[in-house]
Amino acid sequence: MSASSSPRAGAARSPLERLLGSREVVIACGPGGVGKTTTAAAIAATVSVRTAAKVLVLTVDPARRLADALGVAGIGNTASQVPSAAFSAAGVRQKGELWAAMLDTKQSWDALVSRHAPDATTAAQIFANPIYQNITGRFAQSHEYIAMERLYEIHAEGTYDLVVVDTPPTRDALDFLDAPGRMADFFASGLLRWLVAPARSRLVGLASRPFYQVVDRILGTQFLGDVTEFFLLFQSMYDGFVSRAQAVGSLLGDARTTFMLVTTLETVPAVEATRFAAALADRRLHLGLLVVNKVLPASLADPEAVAVAEALQGEPAARARALLAALPGGLAGSSEEMVARVLAEIGRSFASFGLVASRQRELLAEMSAAHEVTATVPHLASDVVDLRGLLAIGRHVLEGSVD
Amino acid sequence: MSGLLDRRLLFVTGKGGVGKTTVAAALGMLGASRGKQVLVCEVEPKGDVAAAYECAPAGFVPRQVAPGLHVMEMDTEASLREYLRLNLRLPTVGRIGPVARAFDFVANAAPGVREILTVGKLCYEVREGHYDLVVVDAAATGHIVGQLAAPVGINELVKVGAVRSQTRWMLDILEDARSTGVCIVTTPEEMPVNEAIDLAGRLEGETGVHLAALVANRVLPELFSRGEEEVFDALGEPEAVAALGAGPGGGSEAAVAEVLGAAALAVRIRRTGAGHLERLHAALGASCPLAYVPYLFTRADGARAVRQVADALAEELAE
Repeated sequence: MSASSSPRAGAARSPLERLLGSREVVIACGPGGVGKTTTAAAIAATVSVRTAAKVLVLTVDPARRLADALGVAGIGNTASQVPSAAFSAAGVRQKGELWAAMLDTKQSWDALVSRHAPDATTAAQIFANPIYQNITGRFAQSHEYIAMERLYEIHAEGTYDLVVVDTPPTRDALDFLDAPGRMADFFASGLLRWLVAPARSRLVGLASRPFYQVVDRILGTQFLGDVTEFFLLFQSMYDGFVSRAQAVGSLLGDARTTFMLVTTLETVPAVEATRFAAALADRRLHLGLLVVNKVLPASLADPEAVAVAEALQGEPAARARALLAALPGGLAGSSEEMVARVLAEIGRSFASFGLVASRQRELLAEMSAAHEVTATVPHLASDVVDLRGLLAIGRHVLEGSVD
Repeated sequence: MSGLLDRRLLFVTGKGGVGKTTVAAALGMLGASRGKQVLVCEVEPKGDVAAAYECAPAGFVPRQVAPGLHVMEMDTEASLREYLRLNLRLPTVGRIGPVARAFDFVANAAPGVREILTVGKLCYEVREGHYDLVVVDAAATGHIVGQLAAPVGINELVKVGAVRSQTRWMLDILEDARSTGVCIVTTPEEMPVNEAIDLAGRLEGETGVHLAALVANRVLPELFSRGEEEVFDALGEPEAVAALGAGPGGGSEAAVAEVLGAAALAVRIRRTGAGHLERLHAALGASCPLAYVPYLFTRADGARAVRQVADALAEELAE
């Protein structure tokens, strides 16, 4: 563990202070199903309470109840402010402002095309092209790029002091790191020019003939025409797109950007998170927060509690008899057998969860050996559906309690 | 639910992180244990299926990992090469190198192409009868509709050409409820259940593929019956805590409180999850069977976990 997270270090600064010292962008990332979206919203809300900052959380796919809590359900790309009154209702006074926006992939692509198209006619042709419609509607990788693109745009506008962005669920958590570069490569490739060249000259050169023959037989001329038109149209935006994609890529590595890696302590997500942390280091990207979610209570490993639970599970009848003897009023009017069953079940459940907790502890130790875990968040019994819940999580994350 | 394994092609999907690979591996194991020749195909090749069986990763060419149980990883380029070789009698592998490279480009730009090669390969294995059952560790909820809708999408995009003529027989397999089904895996949590419900709607609206089963994975056991819960609540009273701590086998009141607290947490986590499963049941219970797989405290992954999930599914399938 590094000195900065040790409570004894005099100059220790909490993750919150470290974060706000120099960072303007926090990118929440990590495996699926670990609570990324909630954690992103939680730190944005908490920062807006504790500092006079104007904070935006750009979220991708929040749970409906969370979206309702933030007031972002169905609002799309346009940011809206979470009313200060909502914070008062949750019992806190907000120093800053919290804004929230959803990522609408189709809308964002259209905006991008409108910006880079040389004229309105070209833009209209692109919008009408079936390949374009298909890409923006279904092309999985386009989500990853467009999320980064939106982040770039929002950051460039400079409206917010801090932008917290949630990343879309990807096949692989690493995908979006490479998305800007891939997009730049895609449009910069010589292959693309080679592909569209014949259509431009209306002559199929010798070199590309086999390709066209194959494609024509498989996909048909009309489809190939659509593809070619798509590339031709996009070429008119080539310079703008490539430089934009490069700029978006460089924002990831900017000194004002940091990553918040969220994971749980189940084997698969923990392994993926560790891999992700290593990938960030390889790319010289800044990992500012490593948040471990859904951590079971430490009491499950307390030897005294373990002994109590073992006795309950081992001799439930004797324990029930002694218990009822000590309680003249009885226990909810229950028989000794029923009390014994309950005691045995309590012991068994403790042992079961204790197993999971010890596995969690091992994984946490492994992870901490490689990377500084900045906060753990306890396993909550209920879903986070309001600001109060978000602020409770934000407190864990930003005060950096590691249990 | 007993008919689930009688289908020829099962797509197993769910939100990321719910354990769909484990469920797919378990269904494959169950099929093989019933004497079927089973192919388990991992659509996003990360080696997770092979890891679930604790064997070395397989490639595009299926590898037998246990009697009747075969594993493969999808590779759309290899699928294209196979398709060209089988259907168009086109140049040998060597000569289509640059074409494949160019194709990769078109496939990136034109979604549906990559997807059709994935779905096409799976349908091909079913049509040729190489296996009795093909279990697909499919894309997550966010991406699977694109895959299953690819034959329809291709029909919209491609007006002529060999691919279009190929989509009809695929649709015949995919849209036949007796041969093909989707199995949605979820956990008793808010987002996985939301996505399961959304996906069921999208399957019906955007594809002709039928929902075959829902699997609720990692379901916590119910600790107490209603009467027992009253006893448990009464145990939290200070006199009861003190009495439990006293005598042999007891401990400090703090330790007793920790043990009771852990049980209370377990009860509340389960209750929250049960609420989500009720929601799932209310939304989809009438349209397809719902199987429960218990939370595995002992081990979360690996061959033993797959075996335990398979055993749990076998019980549910028998009903």
